[in-house]
Amino acid sequence: MHLHSFVTQFWPSTVDGVTLGSIYALFALGYTLVYGVLKLINFAHSEVFMVGTMSAMWIMHFLNISAIQSGFALVGALLLAALFSMGGSAATALALERVAYRPLRRRGASRLAALISAIGASFVLQQVFEVYYSNQYSNFPRLFKHSTLFNIGSAQITTDRVLIVVAAVVMMVALERTVALTKLGRGIRAVAQDPETATLMGVNIDRTIMYTFLLGGIMAGVAAVLWNVRFEQTRFDIGFLPGIKAFTAAVLGGIGNIRGALLGGLIIGLLELYGASVFGSQWRDTTVFVVLVLVLLFRPSGLLGESLARARA
Amino acid sequence: MLLEVDDVHVFYGAVEALKGISLQVAKGEIVALIGANGAGKTTTLKMISGVRPVKTGKVRFDGQDITHMPGHKRVDLGLCQAPEGRGIFPGMTVVENLEMGAFNRKGSLTEDFDRVYDLFPRLAERRKQVGGTMSGGEQQMLAIGRALMARPEVLLLDEPSMGLAPKLVSQIFSIIRQINAQGTTVLLVEQNAVQALTLAHRAYVLEIGKIVRSAPAADLLADDSVRAAYLGGDLGASA
Ligand SMILES: Nc1ncnc2c1ncn2[C@@H]1O[C@H](COP(=O)(O)OP(=O)(O)OP(=O)(O)O)[C@@H](O)[C@H]1O
Ligand SMILES: [Mg+2]
Repeated sequence: MHLHSFVTQFWPSTVDGVTLGSIYALFALGYTLVYGVLKLINFAHSEVFMVGTMSAMWIMHFLNISAIQSGFALVGALLLAALFSMGGSAATALALERVAYRPLRRRGASRLAALISAIGASFVLQQVFEVYYSNQYSNFPRLFKHSTLFNIGSAQITTDRVLIVVAAVVMMVALERTVALTKLGRGIRAVAQDPETATLMGVNIDRTIMYTFLLGGIMAGVAAVLWNVRFEQTRFDIGFLPGIKAFTAAVLGGIGNIRGALLGGLIIGLLELYGASVFGSQWRDTTVFVVLVLVLLFRPSGLLGESLARARA
Repeated sequence: MLLEVDDVHVFYGAVEALKGISLQVAKGEIVALIGANGAGKTTTLKMISGVRPVKTGKVRFDGQDITHMPGHKRVDLGLCQAPEGRGIFPGMTVVENLEMGAFNRKGSLTEDFDRVYDLFPRLAERRKQVGGTMSGGEQQMLAIGRALMARPEVLLLDEPSMGLAPKLVSQIFSIIRQINAQGTTVLLVEQNAVQALTLAHRAYVLEIGKIVRSAPAADLLADDSVRAAYLGGDLGASA
């Protein structure tokens, strides 16, 4: 125990925890949306994220973008990275739905079968990137100076951290509003609450499920490009640990609950960093897994409950 | 015929729930489907709505073969259902539930909202309440109102009076009559057989997956064997 370092590291840990937590929150949305609609855990979602980080990295390498940019070039490079990341993740999510889930759903297979199918798909995706791309880390270039804007306590608030948190919050709000206010969102909630009655109202279930995977994929894509900005490297198995943590965030907030994903993401991000400062950085992952076990044991419905199904989005 | 079901068989696993049923509904009619618990009434309506697959047989709507058309597309044809158990979306408000009824419709819904609120003033008072916290009777009104939002050609009603106080039951039945008078064809499943037969033009009697009688509703109402089996014998006379 290093309570002293917890105190001295408090502000930096908090800032890093919030930064990391906002990435987890975006990542967690994919688990939560798909669970809300299909009542199954998309364990291949970590690969949806991985493909996003790889796609963003790939386009930077392909275009030889490797140095600090400024002005329009910077905005262009960031947008391009984000577009490729979202595109790669969204395409992966859609392909998973079509290949790994829909055929099973058609046959009325059990959820266990879907779970095994997801784990299989997850391995396949990882292996494909390991074999055909590389088993080494590849760098994502630093596109802008991570300069300090201001301080909170002993923590430096840098441009990259601000970008990550702002982008994550904007995306989360956009998603929450989409689900609450649009026709697509009403369809998603209807299928989550009662699929058969949704059909009787004219909702196309297959298409709604597809859109749900698409939205979750886009959010994972944004999480992926922000991850690249923060950690600046990726490889085929990059999705594994953040995937478990994002899943923990989704369960902690109440799986199926969009606001729960935000809350859970932030708590997990903070716990991870606080855990590292109290117990030493080798314990940061363990801290999160202990939380996952405790939540599953004592509050499996999470902090806010499973609300895509019950409350108002 | 607006709706035709021709020798349809439906299975749950190996169990045959519908053993070759045929029925017709003409435009403008109210047709009642009565039968004991487990006879297959709900299965029949779900099959017509496309959420229970047909093993063999044909379903036609307005002359078009819809036997294998996905359920959500049938709504666009004008085939709408207020399902058994109401099927209110518990996390959606009254307004959102009503909007779900008009899910695939384009254009303004103002008139439709007005019509539903006119039929059920109680719903107008509770626009912002979530469905899950409404009383059973209110949910039933919401379920019928929601089905009307689609401007159905044919309205399938599965036990609309279930769990309602007698006064509300008569109110629901008079609303069904009103809806029909405005031009909507109705296929009605009911436990409340006396009232259903009083309201309907024609009726079918379903017994363990088979149609055993088909006649003008008034004839069935007067028939001793039907009275004994479904209308609670002489008790029915006072209704
Ligand atoms: N999902 C299902 N799986 C298996 N069997 C079912 C299923 N749904 C209905 N059944 C069976 O099919 C038969 C017909 O059921 P159905 O619900 O259509 O009856 P019903 O006439 O509507 O009865 P009630 O008056 O009680 O509502 C029953 O024997 C029922 O047990
Ligand atoms: Mg029934």
